[in-house]
Amino acid sequence: MTPHQPNQARPDLRALFLGFSSVGLSGFGGVLPFARRMLVEQRGWMTAEEFNTQLGFCQFLPGPNVVNLAVLVGKRYRGLAGAIVAPVGLLAGPIAIVLLLAVLYDTYGSLPVAQSMLRGVAAVGAGLLFAMAWRMGMAIRDKAAFLPFAALVVFGIAWLRWPMLWVMLAGLLLSGGLAYWRLGRR
Amino acid sequence: MSLVVDLFREFALLSFVAFGGATALLPEMHRVVVENHQWLDDTTFTHLYAIAQAAPGPNVLVVTLIGWHVAGLPGALAATVAMCLPMSVLIYLLMDRWESFAGQRWQKAISIGVAPLAVGLIFSGATLIAQSAGLGVAAWALLAATMLTNLKTKLHPLWLIAAGALLGLFGLV
Repeated sequence: MTPHQPNQARPDLRALFLGFSSVGLSGFGGVLPFARRMLVEQRGWMTAEEFNTQLGFCQFLPGPNVVNLAVLVGKRYRGLAGAIVAPVGLLAGPIAIVLLLAVLYDTYGSLPVAQSMLRGVAAVGAGLLFAMAWRMGMAIRDKAAFLPFAALVVFGIAWLRWPMLWVMLAGLLLSGGLAYWRLGRR
Repeated sequence: MSLVVDLFREFALLSFVAFGGATALLPEMHRVVVENHQWLDDTTFTHLYAIAQAAPGPNVLVVTLIGWHVAGLPGALAATVAMCLPMSVLIYLLMDRWESFAGQRWQKAISIGVAPLAVGLIFSGATLIAQSAGLGVAAWALLAATMLTNLKTKLHPLWLIAAGALLGLFGLV
């Protein structure tokens, strides 16, 4: 649990920009799995557990998670400049491409074949997110104690459609409270 | 010009309730831009969401597309910056405190406690995407195959995306 240990590769601004550009440009249907792949598996800028914790923090706060994550990773390695360069790298390329697609959509969007292709891509994107949730769940140390809270969040948000603000506040109170109590027992 | 200002204000406000990111924000976003302002209709909203999913980049790009549809390039940039900037500033400032409290008991408790909630949020987001896409049996099989392939092999996910697009192209999903 030492957050600053894995500094084996301390990226400069260029590396941050290029790293997050690669995440933004290769991630289809959501880039979180690609962010994890780049940060943990390819560049080793974070351990799997650090990624879980940092992403958890980004998701607890509102806003686009991956942009928050880029700000956070950029700041961690290069301060304010990094916190600006990393999210700009993440977004610049994708924004240019998506605006190009917007122009195409205005022209050809009504074709059935285009909509059929989008459906296939959406199915794959959802599968990648399920895989990511699974992987993150497996990275939790005490699964029997804490994975039920993941199930509760799914129940409250995906099933009951409760407001996310209250689900998250209640969830953190229970899950964080349990963690606090168990830490005190050691 | 006032449209661009309206876009900026609405998406800046939305960013403060965007717990779980843009995917989790879709219902609230729909309420604001389709029902309240009637900037676009249901069908267009769904299409823009699908394009954002199919294009490379974070899910937040659906905001860029809505901005573009409402007010062109200035709208696209205003909506995107409004959605990203407030929380980027906040997380930048909060992170300082977070790091300086690292290792304390309550900080560890929050770190441990937040992780399973994140798992639940990602799972919920995946569920919502799958439901919103109107998938048939073949598409659900594709979804399951994607998940297993991604977990069990090192295959780059781009190949899976391409496979999904091809299956759609030939009308198989």
